Amino acid sequence: MADQQPTDPDVDLGVPAQRREVGRTPWPVLGAIALGGALGALGRYGIGYAFPASATGFPWATFVINVSGCLLIGVLMVLNDRFWSGRRLVRPFLGTGVLGGYTTFSTYVVDIQRLAQGGAAATALAYLAVSVLVGLAAVAVGVGLTRLAVGRLGGAAS
Amino acid sequence: MSALLVVLGAVLGAPLRYLTDRAVQSRHGTPFPWGTFTVNVVGSFTLGLLFAAGTAHGLSPRVMTFAGTGFCGALTTFSTFGYETVRLIEQRARFWAVANVVASVAAGLGAAFCGALVGQAI
Repeated sequence: MADQQPTDPDVDLGVPAQRREVGRTPWPVLGAIALGGALGALGRYGIGYAFPASATGFPWATFVINVSGCLLIGVLMVLNDRFWSGRRLVRPFLGTGVLGGYTTFSTYVVDIQRLAQGGAAATALAYLAVSVLVGLAAVAVGVGLTRLAVGRLGGAAS
Repeated sequence: MSALLVVLGAVLGAPLRYLTDRAVQSRHGTPFPWGTFTVNVVGSFTLGLLFAAGTAHGLSPRVMTFAGTGFCGALTTFSTFGYETVRLIEQRARFWAVANVVASVAAGLGAAFCGALVGQAI
């Protein structure tokens, strides 16, 4: 099961159907990604608006956004593999669109730079490391727990 | 108004990430996720530029909301970066997993720094 899931949740060229997608413009897929991306970005904007980052403080809002997005993409990719593999727009909408629009790498990087230049080097370094470590752990937890839940469901159904 | 600007930026940024990823991934055969790496580095450069231009010259908050929060935020992704890294670990491609983390963060920071230099200069 583990190796059936693609490395890249956006486009996996190991899958013949997706390889064929390259070369033509998949308008429904782009529409689903644009709509999902708008919803995800609005969610990120809302959280950032409610919990604004201070100049030298730990950027909690972006941290929580990125870690929760990592957890959810782990959940999504297992569910997609198990239930929605025949549906062409679910993964583009939820994975590439909503979660891609919700999480951000650019704000993560620029916040590290901003903290370091603002004299909060220790906070910058802690934020750099903790975001990656907790984010990767969140993906693993999302994948692991969902595989467990889906496995139990499969066992109960058969 | 601000929410609308975020939506407009994201409607451009998210599909551009997908198209870039597709175009980049179809051009190489290594396990390294070059597509996500590319959008994250380009987005970091652009946000670094916007942030520095805003600090140095006073950029309109509307431009920052549209291009920074909307476009750069949706162009880049942390969830796909995390997922691809964990998949590489699962596939026992530990070297590529570590390389992805180190290269993405280092190149992202370098790009943001270069962007900031350009943003201050213009």
